[in-house]
Amino acid sequence: MTTVRAVETWIFDPLTSYVTEAQARLVLLMTPAGQVLAQAGFSRAVDVMSASALGAAIMASTAELARQLGQQPFSALNHQGQRHGIFLSGFATNRGPLIVLVVYELEVSSLGLVQLFLEQLVADLRAASPKAGATRKVLAADFERELNESLNTLFGR
Amino acid sequence: MSGLYMRALDMVTRVRGVRGAMVVARSDGLVVAEQLMEGIKGSTVAALTASLTGRLQRAMMAAGLGPSQFWHLQCESGAVLAVPAGEGLLVVAVTEPEVNVGLVRLELLRAAEAAG
Repeated sequence: MTTVRAVETWIFDPLTSYVTEAQARLVLLMTPAGQVLAQAGFSRAVDVMSASALGAAIMASTAELARQLGQQPFSALNHQGQRHGIFLSGFATNRGPLIVLVVYELEVSSLGLVQLFLEQLVADLRAASPKAGATRKVLAADFERELNESLNTLFGR
Repeated sequence: MSGLYMRALDMVTRVRGVRGAMVVARSDGLVVAEQLMEGIKGSTVAALTASLTGRLQRAMMAAGLGPSQFWHLQCESGAVLAVPAGEGLLVVAVTEPEVNVGLVRLELLRAAEAAG
């Protein structure tokens, strides 16, 4: 069973349910700045750091691409390989905009399942997220410390 | 191409008691084409049916019975019937409980041949 770890406790139950239902191999929940709020399935902090930075960068790149095309930001991206798929989606919560990155094995799950249960995850996170005002911005100066604190929590250090 | 799938689905949905039919991609569980009555969540049915039939297929293979040819899931208020279409597709029907299953199966197999 995939272990879920969350920096903020309100994320734990919705994400645990999602990982089980969608049968995802890896899940990362982060802010658009790349601040990790929860992870499932990762065993090394360095992988979380890389994945969150790359996931946030991809979402930022596609949002800019959409802006240049005069479109709303893309709501989801899917990269499918021979054995695995990578799914990225952004959505709004009371906590602010969040990004979820999901890695799924094609033998075990599918894009359909990942998308289907994402709707439930988003609804659960919206219902559970703390109301606006509890949100605080991550300043550049605090980013590294915040990142280290998050990684310590996510990997039980 | 879409017209081909819609014509294939026409064969299924014209049977009395069929509430909807879909062509679904087996690998990702996404809807390719659909003709559904209101109230049926096509994307949900597609994702879960593709997942379930994929697992049943593996179970059949593991049991040495060869690839599955027809799935019939009977429920209190109706049924879901599915057949594989070619390598990568499924044709799925959602029916009422009193439907003529034999006739739907026949039309699903014809639709699968046309769509596959």
